[in-house]
Amino acid sequence: MTDKLKKFKGSEDYVVTQELMNAVNVAIALQKPLLIKGEPGTGKTMLAESISEALNMKLLIWNIKSTTKAQEGLYVYDTVQRLYDSQFGEGDVSNIKKYIKLGTLGESFTSDEQVVLLIDEIDKADLEFPNDLLWELDKMEFYVTETKETIKTKTRPIVIITSNAEKELPDAFLRRCIFHYIEFPTREKMEEIVNVHFDCINENLLNQAMDAFYKIRDMRDIQKKPSTSELLDWLQALMLSGIAVERIIEEIPYAGVLLKKNQDIDAMYEIKEKGYSLKRW
Amino acid sequence: MFLDFFYLLRAKGLQVSLNEWLSLVEALDKGLIGSSLTEFYHLCRSILIKSETEYDKFDQIFAEYFQGIKSPEDLPADFWDWLNNDVKLRDINDKTVLDKFQAELEELLKRFQERMEEQKERHDGGNYWIGTGGTSTMGHSGYNPAGIRVGSEGRHKTAVQVAGERKFKDFRQDNVLNIRQFQMAFRKLRQYSARIESAKTELDIDATIDETCNNAGMLRLVYDKPRKNTIKLLILFDSDGSMTAYSTLCNRLFQAVSKSSHFKDLKVYYFHNCVYDHLFTTPYCRKGDWVDTEWVLSNLNSEYKVIFVGDGTMSPSELTMKGGNATIGLFNNETGMQWLNKFKKKYNKVIWLNPILKIDWEHVYGGHTLLMIGEIFNMFELTLDGLEAGIKKLLVK
Repeated sequence: MTDKLKKFKGSEDYVVTQELMNAVNVAIALQKPLLIKGEPGTGKTMLAESISEALNMKLLIWNIKSTTKAQEGLYVYDTVQRLYDSQFGEGDVSNIKKYIKLGTLGESFTSDEQVVLLIDEIDKADLEFPNDLLWELDKMEFYVTETKETIKTKTRPIVIITSNAEKELPDAFLRRCIFHYIEFPTREKMEEIVNVHFDCINENLLNQAMDAFYKIRDMRDIQKKPSTSELLDWLQALMLSGIAVERIIEEIPYAGVLLKKNQDIDAMYEIKEKGYSLKRW
Repeated sequence: MFLDFFYLLRAKGLQVSLNEWLSLVEALDKGLIGSSLTEFYHLCRSILIKSETEYDKFDQIFAEYFQGIKSPEDLPADFWDWLNNDVKLRDINDKTVLDKFQAELEELLKRFQERMEEQKERHDGGNYWIGTGGTSTMGHSGYNPAGIRVGSEGRHKTAVQVAGERKFKDFRQDNVLNIRQFQMAFRKLRQYSARIESAKTELDIDATIDETCNNAGMLRLVYDKPRKNTIKLLILFDSDGSMTAYSTLCNRLFQAVSKSSHFKDLKVYYFHNCVYDHLFTTPYCRKGDWVDTEWVLSNLNSEYKVIFVGDGTMSPSELTMKGGNATIGLFNNETGMQWLNKFKKKYNKVIWLNPILKIDWEHVYGGHTLLMIGEIFNMFELTLDGLEAGIKKLLVK
C-alpha cells in the first residue's frame, strides 16, 4: 500500500471486520462506489460516519425515499421561484444560476475537499433509479442543461451506498460497484461492539443478556429478529433499571425494546414457556 | 495473470464481466492486497461478486482453483466439525508475490492431506495437528479450511437470513427469468386514482393556468393530490408436492411480488393442490398455520385482484369429491370445484398462473384437472409473456 493512498482502519466507536476494512480500502483506491448490504442493524449507515471520522472528511448524506428521483441528487431548477420573482420584480431573474440548486450528489462533486458521500438505502427508490445514476457515478460529472455547464468533480468523493435488498439492483449498476455483505456479528464480535458502546458493563449481566439475545434470534417463529441496535438499547434499559441479573433470562424484561411486533413478543414468551409456538401472522 | 480463474468463474456461471476483472487487476497493480492470501480472497470477492447469494459458489470455485480441492465436501465431515469453531486466520507474512502462492499451496496441501490421514481426533491449541487456535505449521494449510470457512459462514448466514422463505430459496443462476424481470412486469399492474387521502403536493398545471388568468395574469398556484396506485392484490401459491419442481420460478415470483411496494395492499396465502376450508399462512402448509378461507372471502372485498399460482395437476377427486382434500386428516364438505367457484363469484378479476408451459397443458400428467381449472379461471403460463398477458387481463375494466 503506497503512502499517498488513504487507508481506513476503523474508528474508536465502530468495530470493523478485516474484510469490511479491506473492501473499504479497495473502493477508495479504485475510486468506485462501495455497495454495502446486510441485515438491518448491522451498522451499514454507521460505516460511512466512521469512515468520515477516521479519514477526517466531511460526510454528505443522501437519504433515499420511495419518491426520490435521480435528478434531485444532481440539481433542481427552481422554476416556480423564478416565476414568482419575475412577477414581483424581486432579484435578478436573468441569472439562471441563482435558481439552480445543487442536490447532495452535486454538492459532493463541487466540494473543494474530498468528502464521503453516503447514498442511504438506495433500494427504497424506484426500480430505474440506480440506472439513472450510472453515468454520474462512473464519470463523476453531469451536465446542467439550463446553464449549459458541465459540473465535474474536483476530488472524487468516497461513495458508500447501502441497500436493504428490498429491490433487486440492475446488473449494469452492480458491475460498477465494490460489494460487501455485512454478516450478523458473531458473539465475540458482538461483545467487542458492546464494549465500544458501554464503558463499564457488568460481565455477568452482559453474559446473561447475550445468552437471551442469541436465543431469541434463533427462534424461528420470530419475524423481525432483533439486531445490534436493539441489543444496545436493551442493555441500556437493563442497566438503568438495575434488574437482578438472574431474572434476565427467566423473564426477558423490557421485551418491547428487543422485539417490535406484538406477535413476535407473544411468540417469544410462548416459545420460552412451551418450547414451540402456534401463534403466527 | 490468473486468466484461467476468470474463465473458470464464468464457466461456473458467475457473471463476471471484463470490467470487473480489469478492476481486480488494477487493484493488484496498486498493491492493495498486503501480505495475506485471505486478503486476496476478500479482494476478489468484493470486486467480482455482487450478491451474498453467490458467495458460496465463489468460495467453491476459489478453493477449486487455488487449492486444487475439487469441492469442500471432499473433506471428511469430522474435519469440518473440528475446524468449525474458532479458526483464526493466519497471515502469510513472508509471501507477498502472488505467483508463488500456487506452488506453495500445492506443497502445503500435500502435507495437509498427509496429516489428515494421520489425524484421528479433534485438536485445539496444539502445534502439530490440524486444529483450531494452535500454532501448527498447518496454519498455512489451515488457511485452506479457514478460507473456505470464511465463505461457509456466509453460507450459513444466508440460510439464517432467508429462514422464513427458505423453501422458496434457490441459488441457481441458470433460469432465464430473474426477479427484476418479474418486478418490471408487475409495475404494469397499476391503476391510478387521485381519490386517496394525502397532502396536495403536485402542481395542477391546468388549474394553475385558469386561476392565474382569472387573477388578471398574476400567478396563483393550484396544487393537487398526487395520484396513487389503488391496486389491491391477493396472491395464492400452490406449495409443496408437485410444485417443488418449480420452486425456483415461484420463489422469484414471490420475491418480486413481495418487494413490489407500489400495491395498496398485498395478501399472500398458500394452499396445497386446491383451495379448501383453510388457506395456509406459510409455504410449509402446516395444520394450524392458517386462516379460514371464508374469512378471506368475507374480509377482502371484491376490489382485490386475485392471482393463483399453481400447476393445477392433481387427482380429479381432489376437485370433484367431498373429502377430496389431499392433506391427510382434513375433510372438506364442499368440493374443490365449489371452493374455486366461490372465488370466481366473489372476485371479478382472477387469473391462474401455471408454471407448466402452455404447449404441455393437454399432455402433462394430471392435465385433466389442469384443464378443468382452466375452464373456471383464465389460465396463463408463468413466463414473462404469460405474466404480462395475465396482468393485462387483470386490468381490463
